[in-house]
Amino acid sequence: MARMLRSVRGMRAWGVVTALIGALGLVAVWAPPAVAEGPIKIGFGMALTGGVAGNGKAALLAMQIWAEDVNKKGGLLGRKVELVYYDDQSKAATVPGIYTKLLDVDKVDLVVSGYGTNLIAPAMPIVIERKLTFIGLFGLAVNEQFHYPHYFGIMPAGPSPKTDWSAGFFEIAGRQNPKPRTVALVGADAEYGQNALAGARENAKTHGLRVVYDKAYPPATADFTPIVRAIQATDPDVVFVASYPPDSAGMLRAAHEVGLKPKLFGGGMAGLQFASLQTALGPMLEGVVNYEFWVPERTLKFPGIEDFLKRYQERAKAAGVDPLGHYLPPWAYADLQVLGQAVEATKSLDQQKIGEYIRTHEHDTVAGKIKFAPNGEWAKSRVLMVQFQNIENNDLKQFGEPGHRVVIYPDEWKSGTLIYPYAKAKR
Amino acid sequence: MFSFDLLLDAIVAGILVGGFYAAVSLGITLAFGLLNVVNIAHPAFVILGSYAAFVVNSGFGLDPILAGLLFMPVFFLLGIGVYRIYYASFEKRGEESLRGLVFFFGIIFIIEVSLSLQYGVDYRSVHAAYIGDSLRLGPIDLAFRLAIPCAMALVLTLALHLFLSRTFYGRAVKAVSQDHLALRLMGADPVRIKGLAFGIAIATASLAGALLIMIGPVEPSIGREYIGRVFAIAVLGGMGSIGGTLVAALILGVLESLTSTFYGPSWAPAVSFGILLLVLAVRPSGLFGRAG
Repeated sequence: MARMLRSVRGMRAWGVVTALIGALGLVAVWAPPAVAEGPIKIGFGMALTGGVAGNGKAALLAMQIWAEDVNKKGGLLGRKVELVYYDDQSKAATVPGIYTKLLDVDKVDLVVSGYGTNLIAPAMPIVIERKLTFIGLFGLAVNEQFHYPHYFGIMPAGPSPKTDWSAGFFEIAGRQNPKPRTVALVGADAEYGQNALAGARENAKTHGLRVVYDKAYPPATADFTPIVRAIQATDPDVVFVASYPPDSAGMLRAAHEVGLKPKLFGGGMAGLQFASLQTALGPMLEGVVNYEFWVPERTLKFPGIEDFLKRYQERAKAAGVDPLGHYLPPWAYADLQVLGQAVEATKSLDQQKIGEYIRTHEHDTVAGKIKFAPNGEWAKSRVLMVQFQNIENNDLKQFGEPGHRVVIYPDEWKSGTLIYPYAKAKR
Repeated sequence: MFSFDLLLDAIVAGILVGGFYAAVSLGITLAFGLLNVVNIAHPAFVILGSYAAFVVNSGFGLDPILAGLLFMPVFFLLGIGVYRIYYASFEKRGEESLRGLVFFFGIIFIIEVSLSLQYGVDYRSVHAAYIGDSLRLGPIDLAFRLAIPCAMALVLTLALHLFLSRTFYGRAVKAVSQDHLALRLMGADPVRIKGLAFGIAIATASLAGALLIMIGPVEPSIGREYIGRVFAIAVLGGMGSIGGTLVAALILGVLESLTSTFYGPSWAPAVSFGILLLVLAVRPSGLFGRAG
């Protein structure tokens, strides 16, 4: 009897276990998918202190405006967007650690770069290893050695960035009659400077210009008078400078003081696009022909650009950043526009799908239409060469108006005529 | 491409920038050379001086050099305050070597971040009628932007030299660097004297900062580029030697200028610091330092 009872209890126990297993299986099959929680996190390092922080902070403000704009419309894929960023202090050495933290600790969904060639290149090994789509903000020929298929440069330098960077400057020289014959090349001994000078050498060769001076200077150079004097001693027709902001000011001041007046001067001077240096240098800028990406000329009224700049300028003073915001902010905003459009179009955060979409489509941004070449650079160069004209004083207002940074090249965006030679522009 | 005009220009340019280097380094000579206080924050105080000149120049149109001179008493008091904290926290307890260094690192960050928060990180400049102009003297162009800072640096060097050699407090400062126990036995308070000397060191940063922002635009962290240079000049000149600092700064400036002109700017730091190593190998106490 007892044996019969034990047998019945055992069968009941097995019955209960079997029922439980079956119930769990049903729940697993019929349970609704887990709802995605939390915002989409976009991570990056950005120069908030150090030598390029003036641009870095302006870029950050533009990116924050983009995030707010997107979140007002419901975010991406129905989720809010959150920017996760750290100060790279304008130092390349901080970048690998920052991106490792973003990916492994902060678990960001997407990454974009910081500002500038020197701060983008150190992140490349990490993004390549993790097979991430990576948009670089103002990097010059960053991908030339890596050949990474999912790198995209927000930098209108064109498919051959090193040469495209200065192509317009040398093209302007080549169009003059009589044609200039000699060129002096000088640049910062850093990633940007070296890349720009490499391209300038090729362009000089293409246009038959003999290089009479070709040197780099260390970034912490205090006084540029000896360099400018040495350049002057070679009597070049053209002087191409690839410099960083404080160096650009130092070079231009030294050139003004020693009376260096080649027929064409400028080319790749970073910093002359910033309101702070424009007001500091004022009339010394007159006649300089230099690169730009956007200026308030009638030929460059892209859809949305003026509205964006208006909103940026309203917040710039409080944020302590460039009050005009013509140089980097529209591109920082466009950077995230491209990424956001790709996420929405592919309806996913899959890096390969996003990368493929970005490569194969044209993107509408506040900085105009953007299409990428197979190497991730722009399919067509839009590096503008502008000449500073009618700079009467050190007031900021004139730089926000047309007619003071006149687009000379390319012809497609031209808004005025070159005053040549440089000495004539200096009056 | 060699010419005697170019050589002369390079030497003059080197002297001008060397004078400016001396102005920035004098505070280190006082603090590190005489007081043995490793004030690596000195360039940060120089940047603070630059911003003080910027504020007064942009707000009231005052000449930057005048601004630098006006702020010297403020910086002097600031220096005394900083030294008092340093002494009470570290030097008194014999912990000045590593912890004191960390203290000054902290001051660097406090100054840089405060300036960033207050003024942003954009480059700042000053305006004066003579910035951008130059004086032609035969084959030489003397840019006022460099000539005036050099002249002010020479005046500052002379003033400090006279103070240290001809005044009671100056001699007390030199005495405290040699034997502060003996000084105490003479009835002088070494801590007070050191505070005074440190205050003077920081006061020089006010004027040096004004000269720096005349030469080129500044942003809050640009002082870090000068840390290595100013210590190299103080050591090369001989620890605690004001005259030696001037000579070392001029040597460095001229060497940098000659190298930049005739061999290429990239070589300039290597040549300058190479000479420093050579001098220290032959004369470890520096050019004008006391041996042993």
